[in-house]
Amino acid sequence: MKDFIIPQDDRDMGTPARTGAPVTLTIDGFEITVPEGTSVMRAAAEAGIKVPKLCATDSLEAFGSCRLCVVEIEGRRGTPASCTTPVAPGMVVHTQSSKVKKIRKGVMELYISDHPLDCLTCAANGDCELQDMAGMVGLRDVRYEPGRNHFEQRFAVGPNPEYIPKDTSNPYFTYDPAKCIVCSRCVRACEEVQGTFALTIEGRGFESRVKAGAAADDFLSSDCVSCGACVQACPTGTLQEKSVIELGTPERSVITTCAYCGVGCSFKAELNGDELVRMVPYKHGKANRGHSCVKGRFAYGYATHQDRILNPMIRETIHEPWREVSWDEALGFAAARLSGLQEKYGRRSIGVITSSRCTNEETYLVQKLARAVFRNNNTDTCARVCHSPTGYGLGQTFGTSAGTQDFDSVEHTDVVIVIGANPTDGHPVFASRLKKRLRQGAKLIVIDPRRIDLVKSAHIAASHHLQLRPGTNVAVVTALAHAIVTEGLFDEAFIRERCDWDEFLTYAEFVRDPRNSPEATELLTGVPAAELRAAARLFARGGNGAIYYGLGVTEHSQGSTTVMGIANLAMLTGNIGRKGVGVNPLRGQNNVQGSCDMGSFPHELPGYRHVKNPEVRAIFENIWGVEIDAEPGLRIPNMLDAAVDGTFKGLYCQGEDILQSDPDTKHVAAGLAAMECVIVHDLFLNETANYAHVFLPGSTFLEKDGTFTNAERRINRVRKVMAPRNGYADWEITQMLANAMGAGWTYTHPSQIMDEIAATTPSFAGVTYDLLEEKGSVQWPCNEKSPEGTPLMHVDGFVRGRGRFIVTEYVATDERSGPRFPLLLTTGRILSQYNVGAQTRRTANVVWHDQDVLEIHPHDAENRGVKDGDWVRIASRSGETTLRAQVTDRVAPGVVYTTFHHPDTQANVVTTDFSDWATNCPEYKVTAVQVGLSNGPTGWQQDYAVLAEQSRRILPAAE
Amino acid sequence: MSPEKMVHMANQIATFFKTQPGEDAAEKVAAHIRDFWEPRMREQLLAHVAAGGAGLDAVVVASTRKL
Repeated sequence: MKDFIIPQDDRDMGTPARTGAPVTLTIDGFEITVPEGTSVMRAAAEAGIKVPKLCATDSLEAFGSCRLCVVEIEGRRGTPASCTTPVAPGMVVHTQSSKVKKIRKGVMELYISDHPLDCLTCAANGDCELQDMAGMVGLRDVRYEPGRNHFEQRFAVGPNPEYIPKDTSNPYFTYDPAKCIVCSRCVRACEEVQGTFALTIEGRGFESRVKAGAAADDFLSSDCVSCGACVQACPTGTLQEKSVIELGTPERSVITTCAYCGVGCSFKAELNGDELVRMVPYKHGKANRGHSCVKGRFAYGYATHQDRILNPMIRETIHEPWREVSWDEALGFAAARLSGLQEKYGRRSIGVITSSRCTNEETYLVQKLARAVFRNNNTDTCARVCHSPTGYGLGQTFGTSAGTQDFDSVEHTDVVIVIGANPTDGHPVFASRLKKRLRQGAKLIVIDPRRIDLVKSAHIAASHHLQLRPGTNVAVVTALAHAIVTEGLFDEAFIRERCDWDEFLTYAEFVRDPRNSPEATELLTGVPAAELRAAARLFARGGNGAIYYGLGVTEHSQGSTTVMGIANLAMLTGNIGRKGVGVNPLRGQNNVQGSCDMGSFPHELPGYRHVKNPEVRAIFENIWGVEIDAEPGLRIPNMLDAAVDGTFKGLYCQGEDILQSDPDTKHVAAGLAAMECVIVHDLFLNETANYAHVFLPGSTFLEKDGTFTNAERRINRVRKVMAPRNGYADWEITQMLANAMGAGWTYTHPSQIMDEIAATTPSFAGVTYDLLEEKGSVQWPCNEKSPEGTPLMHVDGFVRGRGRFIVTEYVATDERSGPRFPLLLTTGRILSQYNVGAQTRRTANVVWHDQDVLEIHPHDAENRGVKDGDWVRIASRSGETTLRAQVTDRVAPGVVYTTFHHPDTQANVVTTDFSDWATNCPEYKVTAVQVGLSNGPTGWQQDYAVLAEQSRRILPAAE
Repeated sequence: MSPEKMVHMANQIATFFKTQPGEDAAEKVAAHIRDFWEPRMREQLLAHVAAGGAGLDAVVVASTRKL
C-alpha cells in the first residue's frame, strides 16, 4: 500500500500565517518576501531556515517565553525573540550568530537541568522537541549540580515536595508533570484552539505548574473536553497519548477523513505496520484546520472491538440463533430470498436504506442496487430522519439542497444565529472555530429551548438567548422577520437585485401582519418580545450575519417551513453570497450531505433530480442498461408502514440502526418483524439486527477507499489505512450482493464509481480521484464552470435564478402537552457519544456518558418528588421507558431533555410517528410526556433485553 | 399505514399549501403528493376519498381529482 504523499508543506512554521501586504527582508543572506505581520520566525521557516524554538508552534499565537528562538537583527539592540518580532521591510536578520548560539545553549542547559533524562524509555522518544532542540543547539553538558527539581520522586532526605505524580485519569492521555517545561503550549491550545479554558498555569517562577481545573480536579474531573489539542501541542512527553505509550512511536501516516459528525475533519492516521497508533488532525484539512474533538482523535477503538462481527451469518427466522456461513452462502441466501419476495409480492416489495456513515461510492451503489437491480425507487437514507427538510426547504428557496458556505467563512462573520443546534456537543470542531470568532468580538444569538453551552461559557456569551418552547420555531423565525420588515431593517437593494420582488411583497405583507409580531407570539413561544426584537435588530444591522442550524430546526412537523423561514431571513438581510454570511445546516453524520447528493432519496436520482423526469432517467438508463421506475419509492417511515400492511417484505440496510435511531420504536419493530428478509450490513449486531435474517459484516472507514462529503459540500478522501478485517470493503459487498442477483457489476476500485457519478451528475462532473489527490478536497459544484469547486454558493445569483421568499405560517404541532402528558420532551446528543452509540459505546468514551439521563427543571422535579439521580419513568402516547433524572435549569420548566445513545434506554420508544409535513422527517424534538418516579426498567425494556440477548446468539461454526 | 396517519399526513400538506398565495392550493397539494408519495400510498388515499374521505381536508379531497 502506498502512503499518501503529503502535497503541502507539513512543517511547523512556528507562528500562524498572516495575510497582508508583502514585506521583503533578508535572513541569513537570503531574501524572502512574506505578508505583513508575519513573525521573523515564520519568515525564516518560509526561507527554509528553522530557528530553534520550544514555546512556539504554528497553531498558536506567539508567546515569547522560552527565549530559545532569539536572533540578531542589524540596527536593533539585543537579541529579540523571533517568534514575537514581526518582519519589517529591509530587515536583516542573523539566526546563527555566536551570541545567540551561546544564549540558546544556556537556555537549553537550564531546561535540561530540571528534566528527567530517561529519553530511551520515554514515550516521546523520537517525537520530542526538547530532545530535538538539545541536539540542534549542540548541548553537550549540563553544568548545574543536582538540586531542587520537579522530576525526582525522592531525595536522600525524604520525598521531593516538588514532585507531582502522573495524572492518568483521562482514558486517552496522561499528564506527567515531571517532564513539563512550562512552555504553556497546552494552556494556550486549550484557550486559543479549543476555547475551553480548562488548563491554567499555577504559581510563578520555579513554582509554575500546568493545572487542569480547580485545586481538587484532575484531567477527567476538570472542564477538559478531551479534544487532545494540548497533547498535540505539547513539545515533550508531558501530555502523551496512552496509545503511543503502549504501542510506540508511529512510523507512517495516511491522510484520511473522520467518520463521525458532518464537520468532516481531516486526520493523519499514524501507524506502525497495520496497527493504528494515533489519529492526529491534519493541519491542512480545510474543514478543521488542525483541530479535532474527543471522538475523531481518540474514539476509534471500536474498529478492533471484540463485538465486531467478521463473518457473514444467516438464519431462517429471527427466533433462531445465527449461523456463520461463507460469503457465497450468505449472498446466495440473501439474493434468493429477495428475488423470491419480488416474484411473490411484486417488484416494489423490497428496498434499501443507504448509510450516511458510508462513503459516497458505497451509497451510490446501494441506491443503484434498488434502481437498477430491484428496479424500483425504494431507497432512503437516515437523512430522512435528520436533514430531509433542509433538502426540501433550501431547494425551494435557493435552488440547491446544501449549505451555502465553507467553515472558514465563520472567520468573517459578525453576528451568528445558532438555532436548534448544539455545536459544542454535536459539531465540536466547528464550535471551537465559532468560539474563536466570538472571542474576537462577533455577536451570538442562540435560539434553543435549552441553555446550551454556547449561551454562556468561558470567555463567550450569547447577546440573546431566545429560549423558545419546543415546536414554535416557525413563530419565532417569522417574528424575527416581522421586526426586520416593520422596522425597515431589510436590505432592499439585495432583494431587488437577487430575489423575486413580487414574492417579497407578498411575504412582507404576510410577516407584517400583527399576528406575527413578537408581542403577539410571545405567549405562544415563551420568548420575550423585547428580547426577540433586539435580536432581530442585531442580526439585521450587525454586519455579516450567518445562520447555523441543526436538527432542532428540521425534526418538527414544520421542519421544512422553518428551513424556508431561515432562508427568508438570510435573503431579507442580504446575507447570502459572500464570506461570513449564509445559511449553514450542521449535518449530523459524516456523510449525510453525500448520501443525499448520491440519490439516496426515493424521489431523486443522484444530483437532486426527480425520477419523474424522463431526461434524467435516460442518463442513468443509458449507463445502467435498464429502465428506471418513474414513480417515487417509499421513504423509511413509509417502508415500515407498508411492511406492517404486508406489502413491503425485504430490506437491505447498510450501516444504519433504524430500530434505535428511528422514532416510535414499537412501530419500527413491528415493521421489521413483518418483513421476510432483513439484511443488516454493519460492523456490529446492532438493534436492527435483532430482526435480521442475513448479517453482512461491514468494514470501518480505516479499511476502505472512498469519499465523504461534509456539511460544507466538501468532498474529502477516505483512505484505506489497513486491510478490512471482515475481508471486504463495503462497496465490494454491495457489488457481490448485486451480482448474486445477476447485476454483472465489475468495479475494481471506488475511483471507478466516482467516475460514474461524475459522468452522470452535473455538480460532480469535474470530480476525480486525481483531482482530490492534487487539491486535497473540493467542494461541489465542481464542473467546467468551477473546475476547482465552489467554496461559496449563490455568489452572483441564486442557483434557481431568483431567490424565492415563501410564506411561513406557524401551525402548532398536533403533539401537545395536556393533562395526561404535561411536559414536552426534546432529544439531542452529547459530546462524547455519537448517534446510536454503536461506535462510541465501544470506546473509553463511556467514562463521560455511560447512560442516557433525563434533564428536568427543578420545579418539575420537585412537583414529582424527583431528586437528582433518581430512576424515573417517562411515558408518552407511544410508549414508556426509564432512566435516571438529572435535575438542572438548563431546560425550562415544562421541558425535559434526553439523548438516544444507549439501546437499553431506547429514548425512541417514547417518540411518536408525527413528522414534517413535506418530507416525513420525524418530529423527534417535541413529544408530550409525563415523568414520574420509577422502581426500575419498564416491561418493554425487560422484554427487549431478553429479545436482544436471544437474537444475538451465534452457533459455533460447523467443523 | 393507518388511515388516521394517512389523513394526518395529507392534511398537513394541505395546511401548508393553503397558507401560500394563489388560488391553486389543491394543484400544489396534488403535485406534492405526486412527487413524494409512493403509488400505494396514493392508492390508499384515493381509496379513502372514494370511501367518503373521512377526516380529510377539503383541499386534499380536491387535490385527489388531479392525481
